[in-house]
Amino acid sequence: MNDLQAILAGTVTRLFAAHVTKELLESAEKGQWPAALWQVVQESGLTLPQIPEAHGGSGGTWQDAYIVVSAAGRFAVPLPLAETVVGAWLLSQVNLDVPTGPLTVAPVHRADRLKLTRDGKQWRLTGTATGVPWGRASTHVVVAGDGGEPMIALVAGGGRVKADENLALEPRDTLVWNGTPVVAAAPAGHRLPADAVQLYGALVRSAQMAGGLEYLLSQTVRYVGERKQFGRPIGSFQAIQHQLALLAGHTAAAGIAAANAFRAVDKGAADFEIAVAKVRTGEAAGLGAGIAHQCHGAIGFTYEHSLHFVTRRLWAWRAEFGAESQWAAEIGRRVAKRGADTLWSSITRQ
Amino acid sequence: MATFHFELVDLPREVETLRAEVRGFLQENLGGRAPDQRARSWGGFDREFSRKVGARGWIGMTWPKRYGGHERSALERYVVLEEMLAAGAPVSAHWVTDRQSGPLLLRFGTEAQRQRFLPRMARGELAFAIGMSEPDSGSDLASIRTRAEKVPGGYRVNGTKVWTSNAHLSDYMIALFRTQVVPDKKHEGLSQFLVDPQSPGISIRAIYDLSGAHHFNEVVFQDVFVPDDMRVGEEGDGWRQVTAELAFERSGPERYLSSIQLLIETIREAGTEPDERAAVAIGRLVAHLTTLRQMSISVAGMLQAGQSPNLEAAVVKDVGTCFEQEIPEAVHLLMGVEPRLNSGSQLERTLGYLIEHAPSFSLRGGTREVLRGIIARGLGLR
Repeated sequence: MNDLQAILAGTVTRLFAAHVTKELLESAEKGQWPAALWQVVQESGLTLPQIPEAHGGSGGTWQDAYIVVSAAGRFAVPLPLAETVVGAWLLSQVNLDVPTGPLTVAPVHRADRLKLTRDGKQWRLTGTATGVPWGRASTHVVVAGDGGEPMIALVAGGGRVKADENLALEPRDTLVWNGTPVVAAAPAGHRLPADAVQLYGALVRSAQMAGGLEYLLSQTVRYVGERKQFGRPIGSFQAIQHQLALLAGHTAAAGIAAANAFRAVDKGAADFEIAVAKVRTGEAAGLGAGIAHQCHGAIGFTYEHSLHFVTRRLWAWRAEFGAESQWAAEIGRRVAKRGADTLWSSITRQ
Repeated sequence: MATFHFELVDLPREVETLRAEVRGFLQENLGGRAPDQRARSWGGFDREFSRKVGARGWIGMTWPKRYGGHERSALERYVVLEEMLAAGAPVSAHWVTDRQSGPLLLRFGTEAQRQRFLPRMARGELAFAIGMSEPDSGSDLASIRTRAEKVPGGYRVNGTKVWTSNAHLSDYMIALFRTQVVPDKKHEGLSQFLVDPQSPGISIRAIYDLSGAHHFNEVVFQDVFVPDDMRVGEEGDGWRQVTAELAFERSGPERYLSSIQLLIETIREAGTEPDERAAVAIGRLVAHLTTLRQMSISVAGMLQAGQSPNLEAAVVKDVGTCFEQEIPEAVHLLMGVEPRLNSGSQLERTLGYLIEHAPSFSLRGGTREVLRGIIARGLGLR
C-alpha cells in the first residue's frame, strides 16, 4: 500500500465508522434509503475511485477501488457502492458519460437476456433482469445487452420494478423493460469481456467478502476477550483460540485472493484471478461466518447484536454473481484444457 | 487488536529469467522422473543433484560472496525454491543447510565456523541434520534434557534425540543441548552445537515411518565430546537462536506444495474436457493453490524487507498444510481410485504415497496445535 492508498484507507474507515451506525443499518433493512450517507460518500469522492478523471472519476486504480469496496464490506455499508464502481467502469470503458448518483448493473444472472434494438437514432431496451442489486434505489442502470453485437447501455432507473431482497435485506429487484428508450449506448468492443457484468460483479463481491471477514475477525477477537465463563475470558481457552486461528487463516487468504484479483485487473486480463478470488473468498465467508457465530454464542444469534449485519451479507454475497461452484468449474475447465503439465506455469505467469 | 498484515508482493521482472533457467535445469536433470518420485520432493536425498544445484549458484543465494554465497535477493531465492518444489526435485541433501544451518551460522556463528562450513554448503557438498526433539520433548521443545556439560576444551554430551531426519546420511548435525539447568526457567541454559555424527559415543538407530521408509532416526549420545569451537553462538542463547529463524522455516513453498504432483496427475486423469464435477473439484483446489502462493510470496517480501513476520508465517503454514492434506482427500472423493504403491497408474501410486505421508505435513516444523497457539498469541489472546 502506497502513501496515497494509506490516506484513502484512513479516510474511508473514518467516514464509515462515523456514519454507518447500527440505527442506520436497521433503518436500511426496513427499506429506508440512506440518502445522507450516499451524499457524504459521493461528496468525499469515494464512489468512482478507479474511474479516469476524464469521466468524472478520481483517476485511481482498481487497487484503490479495493480499499473502498473492501471497507464497504467491513462496515456492511447499505449502499450500491460496489455496483456504482462496476457500472461506472463499464461506461468509461465504452466512452459513455458517467452520471452522478447511485448506479447498478444488469443482468446479474446469465440466463437473463436483455435486447437492444435501434429505433432511428435511439436505442430501446427490452427484457427482464432479476435480482438487480439496489434496482429501486439507483438513478441509472448500466446494462449489458445484445444489439446485434454485445453492447453497454445506460438506462434511467424508475421503470417497472418488482421489489425483492437478498438474505441481508439488501434490495435485489426485478427490473422489466419493454422498448424503453436508453440514455446512451455503445458497442462493448474489445475492452470488455462478454460476461463483464458477472466478472466485475464477482470481483467486487470478493472484496466485500474479504472486508466482511476482517470485521468478523476483529469483532470475534474483541468478544472472546470480554466474555467471561468459568471465571476467565473465553478467549483464554485453547478450543476458542484454535477457532480464531482458523478464522485468521481464512481472513488472510480471502484478503490476498481478492486484492490479487484487483491488481490483476490493473494489469490486464484478470478472469482467472477473479474466479480464484470469488471461490476463495466465498469459501472463507461460509466457514468464517460459522466460526464467528460459534464463538459469539447465543447473543450473536440475536437481531439485537450487530454480528448478523455482516454474516447475513456474507451468506448472500457468496452466492451472488456466481457461487464458488460456477467459478471453480471455470477454473477447472481452463486448467484442464491447457493440460496437466502447464498447471504450474500458468499459476506463475505474471 | 494485534493483527497480521499480508501485502501483495510483485516479483521483480528479472526473476523470470532466473525462473526459466531453473526450469531448463530441472527439465534436463529430472525430465523423465515419475510423479510418485516427484511427490517425495524435499524428502528426496540426492547428493549429486545437490552438487549440481550448488554449481548453478542456487544454494546460499542470499549469503555474502566471501562465504561462497551469491548475494542475490530473498525473492530470487524464493523463485528457485518454488520451481524446485513444484517440479518435485530431490533437494533434501542441501535443504537444511540452505534454509536453516547456513543462515544460523551467518547470524550467530564465529568467523572461523563461517569460513569452514558456508562455502562447502553453498557448493552443495555438505548435508546437515537437525537435532531438536527428544523422546519426552516434542512440541514442548524447551523441556529438552540432553546435557552438554563443560569439560576442558569442550563439552561432554549425554542424552537422546529423535525424529532426526537424515542423521544417517548427513555430514553434520545442528543440535540443541542443555548446557545449564536453571530451575523453573526451561528456556534458559540451552545452547546450539555443530556435531559430527561420526564422533565416538554417538549411535544412530533407524526409525521407520508407517510406510516402512527410513528417513528419521534416534540419535543417542554417550559421553560424546564436542569441542568448544563447535558451539554456535553464546552459551545459553540457544532458545533465542532457534526461534529467530522460524519465519524462514514456516512460510516457504514447502508448506503448500507437498501434494501438487497429485493435483497434476488428477488433472491429467480428468482429461482436457473434464465433467462438471471434476472441473469444480479441480478448480477449487487451484484457487486455493494460487492464493497460498500469493500469501507465501507476501511473507517472502517481508523477509526481504528485513521484517520478522512470525505470525504471518504461522498463518501460511497452518493454511498451507491444511491444503496439502486436503488434496488426497479431495482426489479420493473425486476419482474413487485405490491408493496403491505398485499400481500401473501414476495417479494411484501418487495418491498412495501422499495418503501415507500427509499426516506428517501438520507435524513437521511445529505441529498445527503449536502454530494455532502462536497465531492466537499474535491476535492478542495469550
